[in-house]
Amino acid sequence: MPTSPPATELPLSVRDLTVAYHRKPVLWNVSLDIPDGKLVGLVGPNGAGKSTLLKAIIGMVPKISGAIRIFGQTYSASRAIVAYVPQRETVDWDFPATALDVVLMGTYGRLGWFRRAGKAERDAAYEALAKMEIEHLAGRQISQLSGGQQQRTFLARALVQNAKLFLMDEPFAAVDAATERAIVTLMKDLQAAGCTIVVVHHDLHTVPEYFDHLVLLNTRLVGAGPTTTVFTERNLQKTYGGKLTLLEEIGEAMKRRDQRSKL
Amino acid sequence: MTAFGIATQVCIFADSQIWRLLTLQDYNTRVVLAGTVMLGITSGLLGVYLLLRKRALLGDAISHATLPGIAFAFLWTALIGQDKTLSVLLVGAAISGSLGGISVLLLRHFARIREDAALGIVLSVFFGAGVALVSVLQKFKQGNIAGLESFIYGKVVAITGDDVTLATVVLVIVTVVIVALGKELKILCFDFELARSQGWPVMWLDCLLIAMVVAVTIVGLKAIGLIMVIALLVIPAASARFWTHDLNRMLLISGLLGGLSCAVGAMASAVFADMPSGATIVLCGCGFFLLSFTFGIERGVLWTYVHQKNLRRRQEYLHMLRICYELLEARKALPTSAKVNATELIAIQDVAEVRTWPLRFAFKIASELDSRGLVVLRRSGDLQLTARGVVQAEEAVREHRLLEMYMMEQAEADVGQADREADYLEHGLLPEHLAVLGESVARGTPPPVPPSPHPIKRDK
Repeated sequence: MPTSPPATELPLSVRDLTVAYHRKPVLWNVSLDIPDGKLVGLVGPNGAGKSTLLKAIIGMVPKISGAIRIFGQTYSASRAIVAYVPQRETVDWDFPATALDVVLMGTYGRLGWFRRAGKAERDAAYEALAKMEIEHLAGRQISQLSGGQQQRTFLARALVQNAKLFLMDEPFAAVDAATERAIVTLMKDLQAAGCTIVVVHHDLHTVPEYFDHLVLLNTRLVGAGPTTTVFTERNLQKTYGGKLTLLEEIGEAMKRRDQRSKL
Repeated sequence: MTAFGIATQVCIFADSQIWRLLTLQDYNTRVVLAGTVMLGITSGLLGVYLLLRKRALLGDAISHATLPGIAFAFLWTALIGQDKTLSVLLVGAAISGSLGGISVLLLRHFARIREDAALGIVLSVFFGAGVALVSVLQKFKQGNIAGLESFIYGKVVAITGDDVTLATVVLVIVTVVIVALGKELKILCFDFELARSQGWPVMWLDCLLIAMVVAVTIVGLKAIGLIMVIALLVIPAASARFWTHDLNRMLLISGLLGGLSCAVGAMASAVFADMPSGATIVLCGCGFFLLSFTFGIERGVLWTYVHQKNLRRRQEYLHMLRICYELLEARKALPTSAKVNATELIAIQDVAEVRTWPLRFAFKIASELDSRGLVVLRRSGDLQLTARGVVQAEEAVREHRLLEMYMMEQAEADVGQADREADYLEHGLLPEHLAVLGESVARGTPPPVPPSPHPIKRDK
């Protein structure tokens, strides 16, 4: 099927994206368009390439083929309007820093080389902390924050980036119920302010409640569109069922063949 | 010993080598001290970032990788019949050290070898090559490799004015980089992914870090030797972490500890003439580490222990106050007005029994509460709550009951268990938890089955 060039007016447009880790394909030929101002769930089984898709969008993993456009531009040209929230476990929370320090890091991108965070940045950071309802923890050592508070700190850090497109990798992983509610509120607020939010998500139960747009992924794209039309049993079966195991086997076989040819 | 004897001793001491050293009377001593202290400060500063980037062992690999470069430089100067000048040796060391650092990055990136294995390979292979070259040198030209050993184990007395200049230059460069690129290095060390997504050239920042480690290693070669340079990079930074949770303070403390270790170690090495300075400096650093580990105000074991002990003691105080209150409550003898100075008598045996405390322990807690003016402990072994004691007891009871109620309502704890579980958890309550608990009670959540067995006081 010939594909059209990436859409230029959309917050996120992906065409024929293929990514492999050490020759094992993680994403195959993924093409999708995310409409403006949507709250998007990115759902699929473990190892389906959800996090990889986010990382490919921000150029953190090399892609074998495909094009990615953010409002019609490459990622490096649109960094200022994209906020990426990594998984909480990717950093060492024993680092000598306070919650405020971490939030301030969100402003480093626009500060550029050598300039330090000043009063304007500090005010923005306090405001973001207040939005996440953890203003009182600004001076607290990050190792002494609970899991939920750490996640809120991460989101506050994304907030100060003043982005139009948010990419969040499992923000709901291992947080308390109150934090989960706070994150959902934040997302809806951001959406109301005209932002687009893409969220890697695991809990199928809450999908219809949280997201109005859905991307189902299992190495290949299974479905993308409004939650009401995409979130069907048939699609979920395709995403989570055994239909795609053949692809996985071929991937494994390719990896084995490559290893043998190296010897 | 007579006064005269002491005076002679003092005179002998004042005239001795040690005295001359400690008072910096010799030019050489001053040079050695200046060189090593600057080395210590530099490595202390840099070590913080190396530690936070989780690259501590990279320093070790780099320092070991300098040996083949040094040996090769020796060989080269011997071949072309030049004097083995310092600069040639250091250039050799810098080149092979950098090669070592780059090899680690390449191995990890292209050969898909884990970092620890890559470090092990580079460290041993480069060092092995260096040892082989040194043995070739020994056969090739006897007697002319005297200086080589001092690069391996360190020999402070070999430090010259040129070394001090080099150390100063490196210290200035490292300080300037850390001051100018403080936020860039911070984001690199804390959140590599965020740094990359913001477009920072993380690879170049990592290379800058490696380059600075190479520079420090070069400076450290003479003073501490290539085997033990790693100690100066790691130990002061690790020690500093016990004193503070703040990155800037950690840098200051680490630099200070590094400088101190080097100063004391270099002096010790000069006093005990046969001891390699590498060893004495490392041992001094280790001493400072042990001090920090014990007395460090943020993480030191001593303060942690004291803090926990105080916390436990406070818990026992609250328990005793609460038991007294509940015993009075059962007797319907709670003071009704705030003006009451002291409550009815409570037998301490009863209190001890409820908590299954040994009687002596109960007396101990009671007398400590007495000295704080919360209870009055009578000679007869009876207790009275004072007015302040009643207020505190009320608070403890309220917290306990709120939690107990919550356990039954929300956590579906058994009625019999709730009391005990609340007993355990209540000491972990933070103000924010209490607010939530108080709210749910104030909202009048549907009465649980069964309702709380105790009345709950409203928030004031």
